[in-house]
Amino acid sequence: MDTFSSSAQLSTRNVTKVFYGKKDLFSRLSGKASNDFIAIEDISIDIEPNTFVSIIGPSGCGKSTLLNMIAGLSPTTSGEILLNGVPITGPGPDRGMVFQNYALMPWMTVEENIRFAVETVYPKLSPKQVQHTVKEHIQLVGLTGAETRHPHEISGGMRQRVGIARALAISPQILLMDEPFGALDALTRGFLQEEVERIWEQQRKTVIMITHSIEEALLLSDRIVMMTRGPAARIDEILEVPFPRPRNRETIEQHPEYHALKAEMESHLYRETRAVEAARIGR
Amino acid sequence: MAVSKSGGFPFYGGDRESIFFNDNVRAFLLFVGSLVTFLLLWEIGARSGLFARGFPTASKTIEELWWWVTNPFFNNGPNDLGIGWNLLISLRRVAIGYILASLVAVPVGILIGISPIAQRGFNPYIQLLKPISPLAWLPLGLYIFRDSEKTGVFIILISSIWPTLINTAFGVSNVSQDYLDVSKTLGASRLRTIFKVIIPSALPNIVSGLRISMGIAWLVIVAAEMLLGTGLGYFIWNEWNNLYLPNILVAIFIIGLVGLVLDSIFSALERFVAFGRKS
Repeated sequence: MDTFSSSAQLSTRNVTKVFYGKKDLFSRLSGKASNDFIAIEDISIDIEPNTFVSIIGPSGCGKSTLLNMIAGLSPTTSGEILLNGVPITGPGPDRGMVFQNYALMPWMTVEENIRFAVETVYPKLSPKQVQHTVKEHIQLVGLTGAETRHPHEISGGMRQRVGIARALAISPQILLMDEPFGALDALTRGFLQEEVERIWEQQRKTVIMITHSIEEALLLSDRIVMMTRGPAARIDEILEVPFPRPRNRETIEQHPEYHALKAEMESHLYRETRAVEAARIGR
Repeated sequence: MAVSKSGGFPFYGGDRESIFFNDNVRAFLLFVGSLVTFLLLWEIGARSGLFARGFPTASKTIEELWWWVTNPFFNNGPNDLGIGWNLLISLRRVAIGYILASLVAVPVGILIGISPIAQRGFNPYIQLLKPISPLAWLPLGLYIFRDSEKTGVFIILISSIWPTLINTAFGVSNVSQDYLDVSKTLGASRLRTIFKVIIPSALPNIVSGLRISMGIAWLVIVAAEMLLGTGLGYFIWNEWNNLYLPNILVAIFIIGLVGLVLDSIFSALERFVAFGRKS
């Protein structure tokens, strides 16, 4: 991919991430020296506005590293990431982040967690406007009635709803989701996926989601980026998902291309995962 | 419960509806039983001269305890002061010294915790000063302040500052990276991150530091007051000079009781700021 799309909202250009090992004298003497680790190498993706993009790959392939670089939490080693043509230099509220382990503040109620985000990003809003935004997003994710609960009093599924509401409440240009349903049980997971599909239909925001789940990627995405195994993970293939929206689990399974796409992803993931396991055993 | 009833086959400890087998009732019965046994052995031992000669009996001690508790506030000069006054004097010293210590320890702990360089730079002082016995400061305090009251407060301050300082610095430097990432992705300012994220997140650690500090302050005041002139510690010292052991035992009991109450207050505070976290 050497040509870059001009309409892209977010582009990564030849992005490489190297985690440098400890090679100083002290580390060598104490036996803690480690080699450089190339997590991902030369990744270029263009993401068009209002598309839902999933990144899928075997575990340890650097998916989360890539997302953290897009979020600005971790710098790129080489290459650049452009948001609307402007290079990303650090974290910012133009990208809303949903964390795998929710990352809710335990001392804040559901409402306060969302309000903290809104007040931080829009300090000039009147209290009334803030309250309106908070309430709107609590309704959007279906948490009305749980406003005054603390995170430890609600279920994992509800916590991630708060995480999604918090990320959306700051009206970011792009929503970044790092395995958002990874810590949930299968039933809650399925339910929340359909909720995300419903919310996405309402807002059609650009979303980049990291996932391990083939079904999840097929249900939600317009494009699926398949990555190879690490170290030096690359993009293997980008799949277009042609299912009409709005989608739900039953209707997409009827689609003629569903099983072919699924089989292709499965064979890719199994091949990569087998190679990862083989490398681990061989070491 | 339902199983044991329908089966008619009582599990061990399964029938919690019976008050006699309730765990709380059992623990209480154990407490009362051991207390009565202890008091009986004490009474018999003291009466038959098993302990040191002249050791007070349990009944005499309880009688004295009752007298001191029912007449807490009288004032016949510094060597004959009601135990209530002595308690208030001790509590006042502890409160002043402890509050001053906390006012220094919490902000300094936060500053040290935020900066890894400050942490490494100040750690030698903290580690060096922390293990010093509070009483070692006594001559220094007396020389500097030339006043027993200020010296008492000074000793409380210097000995109760460290646990709060160390715990606060630990809590602040170990704030979960997730919370900091959330703050960063929202673009929160450094100050907002400190006040809205770092301090609330470290609060359980800060409060448990305050709890340890309070325990130490209460331990230290009694020892310090033996050399200072008023308060519960001096009460014990005075009764030792009078060689009247029942009053010493009364004071020991009251010191323990007040320490228990102070600790329970902080224990409740810890639960209040935990929000489901383990501290």
